[in-house]
Amino acid sequence: MDWESIKKVTGILLEYLPNTLKLFAVTLLLSIPVGMLVTLLKKCRFKPVAWLTNLYILIMRGTPLMLQIIVVYYAVPMLKAGMQKDGSQGFFADFINNIDTRSDSYMFTALCIAFVLNYAAYFAEIFRGGVDSIPKGQYEAASMLGMTRMQTFFRIILPQVTKRVIPATSNEVITLIKDTSLANIIAYAEITMKAKQQMNTYSSIIPLFIVGVFYFVMNAVVTVAFAVIEKKFDYYK
Amino acid sequence: MAILEVRNIVKNFDKLKVLKDISFDVEQGQVVAIIGPSGSGKSTLLRCINQLEKADGGEITVDGTRMFYTDKEKGRVVYASKKELREIRLKIGLVFQNFNLFPHQNVMTNITGAPIHVLKMPKDEARKKADELLAKMGLTGKEKAYPCELSGGQQQRVSIARALALNPKILFFDEPTSALDPELTGEILKVIKELAKEKMTMVIVTHEMAFARDVANHVIFMDDGYIVEEGSPQELFGNTRNERTKQFLARFKD
Repeated sequence: MDWESIKKVTGILLEYLPNTLKLFAVTLLLSIPVGMLVTLLKKCRFKPVAWLTNLYILIMRGTPLMLQIIVVYYAVPMLKAGMQKDGSQGFFADFINNIDTRSDSYMFTALCIAFVLNYAAYFAEIFRGGVDSIPKGQYEAASMLGMTRMQTFFRIILPQVTKRVIPATSNEVITLIKDTSLANIIAYAEITMKAKQQMNTYSSIIPLFIVGVFYFVMNAVVTVAFAVIEKKFDYYK
Repeated sequence: MAILEVRNIVKNFDKLKVLKDISFDVEQGQVVAIIGPSGSGKSTLLRCINQLEKADGGEITVDGTRMFYTDKEKGRVVYASKKELREIRLKIGLVFQNFNLFPHQNVMTNITGAPIHVLKMPKDEARKKADELLAKMGLTGKEKAYPCELSGGQQQRVSIARALALNPKILFFDEPTSALDPELTGEILKVIKELAKEKMTMVIVTHEMAFARDVANHVIFMDDGYIVEEGSPQELFGNTRNERTKQFLARFKD
């Protein structure tokens, strides 16, 4: 490959980079709050809720994300086909039939659902580990000072948990950047898929190296960002 | 009327009987030291009084409000309403063995947090009060320091200031010097002596016999879940007739 081709391939990848970033951003922004919610459900005193939550985490962490993407993506078309065969009617059937499974927004939504469900399970375990690592004495001291459960959680526990989960969270975020490439399994136009196409066009492996550099640079940015955040929390041990 | 009345407290951890039948009174302005070998139930007793553990039997009254009693017919402990328990809790301060300061907050925030957010005290007033307490603890100038930047003795004094900021009627200490260098116990002893002079009611669980002898005006000796002997320090340390107390104190003679 000559310089001109390399520039051209880089241009194409840059054009599709927003698709990768969009999936990354939506997953990150949603899976962290959902993960917190899952942590709370797991700690629920009503045991069946805690068990169901554990089952969810077990499945999400126990099966490949790629498989989960395929399942979510094909669930609606399969349901549609099944219902047409049975002649099902009603609100649910209408709802499913009205989904346009060929649209881009359907594909993106399916991806986001699979990614958020998967990442929320991992974040939930990270947050649970963080909450469990806070010594019992902190709760006892807060309770002796008359703080309510809410005050204890938001003023005493959460700030300390945040500091403790930063390193593990940074690991997850780095993995997420690389995992967005799994979206190419359902032909989502993200950069890995585009690089593969360019590889075929030019019969060269260089597009793959270029896309590798893309991921590397994104993760370098994330690494620096997390180093800055960690430093912000460095004011206490 | 005693400010703290403890009657027939029983506490079990599964099959292990930790407190078997504990009764005593604390009068306003009294400094009570609770001594005894490890595993005798001293800390558990303190935790039952401070609502950090639930007792399995008995009755405790704090400043005229009954915290719990035992329903003899049903054979179980009945606690006061949540509101009453909260009121009682605010009358009681506890200083922990390992301080339990909030590491992410500086000294000032550690002390003013509860007055501002629990007692709804105006911020200026809470800060002024904290400044006074810090001066009393010999910690002026440390307002902005974080707990990790302080020595153990300083941290423990901050935790005493934090407890005092809520104006408790009784201050409890759970082995306040056990996590400290022997050299640092002196500064805590000094602070407690100061508080005793101001007629602060205090109950101190300790392994430090000097504490019990120098500061307390009433000493309780516990062993194996019972109070073996109680009395003035002179009585206990001077001429106890109880064999078990003698045996225990003999280890501290030199």
